[in-house]
Amino acid sequence: MREVLKLENVSKTYQAKNGEIEALKNINFSVKEGEFVSIIGPSGCGKSTLLSIIAGLEKKSSGKIYIDEIETENISSKIGYMLQKDSLLEWRTIYNNVIFGLEITHRKTKENEKYVKDLLKKYNLYEFKDKYPAQLSGGMRQRVALIRTLAIRPEILLLDEAFSALDYQTRIMVTKDIYDILKNENITTVMVTHDISEAISMSDRVIVLSKRPATVKKIHKINFEIENKDPMNARKSPKFSNYFDSLWKELDVDAKEK
Amino acid sequence: MRKKNNSIERKQYLRKKTITKVSIFITQVTLVILFIALWEILANKGIIDSFITSQPSRMLKTFMSLSQNGLLEHLGVTCYETIVGFLSGAILGVIVAIILWWSKFLSKVSEPFLVILNSLPKIALGPVIIIWVGAGTSAIIVMALAISLIVTILEILNGFLNTDSEKIKMARTFNANRFQLLTKIVIPANISTFINSLKVNIGLSLVGVISGEFLVSKAGLRIFNSIWRASIPT
Ligand SMILES: Nc1ncnc2c1ncn2[C@@H]1O[C@H](COP(=O)(O)OP(=O)(O)OP(=O)(O)O)[C@@H](O)[C@H]1O
Ligand SMILES: [Mg+2]
Repeated sequence: MREVLKLENVSKTYQAKNGEIEALKNINFSVKEGEFVSIIGPSGCGKSTLLSIIAGLEKKSSGKIYIDEIETENISSKIGYMLQKDSLLEWRTIYNNVIFGLEITHRKTKENEKYVKDLLKKYNLYEFKDKYPAQLSGGMRQRVALIRTLAIRPEILLLDEAFSALDYQTRIMVTKDIYDILKNENITTVMVTHDISEAISMSDRVIVLSKRPATVKKIHKINFEIENKDPMNARKSPKFSNYFDSLWKELDVDAKEK
Repeated sequence: MRKKNNSIERKQYLRKKTITKVSIFITQVTLVILFIALWEILANKGIIDSFITSQPSRMLKTFMSLSQNGLLEHLGVTCYETIVGFLSGAILGVIVAIILWWSKFLSKVSEPFLVILNSLPKIALGPVIIIWVGAGTSAIIVMALAISLIVTILEILNGFLNTDSEKIKMARTFNANRFQLLTKIVIPANISTFINSLKVNIGLSLVGVISGEFLVSKAGLRIFNSIWRASIPT
């Protein structure tokens, strides 16, 4: 299968008046079309930085990034990036928030608006489309932010702790819904999370980063060998706890080294 | 789910809102009336000296007699000058703030100059302004501008620069250009900054106009101030 995303020796050092911070060091990995990859690592190791660099928001210090086998430096229209904060615009209605990306990219067509309306219905947000963000709960806001990202129909989706504001039950439900959408639409996904179970239940592979400066410590292939795997039945599989233990140990070693 | 306003709770909620609005207005009007009445009474009783503070009933009489001499026209002139000064200050201020937001370099370069200009005693600039633009309405408007413009620039630029960086980042994920950032994020996020600055500005413009009129009045309230003073027995 095609490699839609490839990182070659990507490094990043933040420059500031009071010194430099080395955030990423020689990161190498690639993601195949339709694959779901999670990135886990200790807090502050550089996960958000890594996504921002892939998205083109942040300049890398060295290394190369290929999207669809083309070297890319800037913000790519093929990438949808859902940030850690929902950043809904409080002066716009939910509907106008959701079509924000379409508006910016001049793709507010009838067809795309219909797609957005269908997503709103699917996520039980349609009846709130004329309300304002302040009138929504944290979980609802996060779903709105996700729809805003999906609206531009990205080939590659980057998620930064996208579900952290949800309560446990909604979280399990939303992750399943999103998993289904992403697999249906064949969207390639890179997700940063601090939740090991979430990473295992959703991913085809889990990339473990070391503490800062982040390097790729290990890449785990997750294979439950179940047909129609989804985050729900993955959690029930006996292999789940094996994966959990080995990932837990790896992160734990890191924590102790500190 | 746009329910008609038929639920009892909704009705109560709307009624409560109206009541709050009405009671705020009534309280404001009452306060004004009370103030005037108290002033009148205290002056009548001689508790306050009406030669210094005047008195509502006398002011009304003077106003009537002056009205025949065209007070309203002069009031109009002052209003006109204030509004022109106010609007041009607001519009120019916003334009300059946008330019400075656009170019970080320019804003860094101009920062110390703005601070110095802002601390200048602008009223002292009056004579210079008259030399520049002549002793007329334009001098008065320039005076009003001088007083309000720099504050407007500083205040609005500050609002612009403090726009939530996460929102800007979000817009950038969609590859928004600088113009889109300005029109879709920065300006709408700063509506309250605009309103606040307008509130402060209208007062500053009036100060500018009145002090301008003191320097060059052919028309405007200042003339009447003099006539009125003259008419009060001392
Ligand atoms: N704009 C910036 N300027 C300077 N240093 C930065 C900047 N952004 C992040 N850093 C530094 O880079 C390192 C990695 O930050 P990053 O936000 O990528 O971590 P993270 O892994 O996403 O953390 P968390 O799990 O808490 O979200 C941190 O040490 C941080 O101090
Ligand atoms: Mg982060």
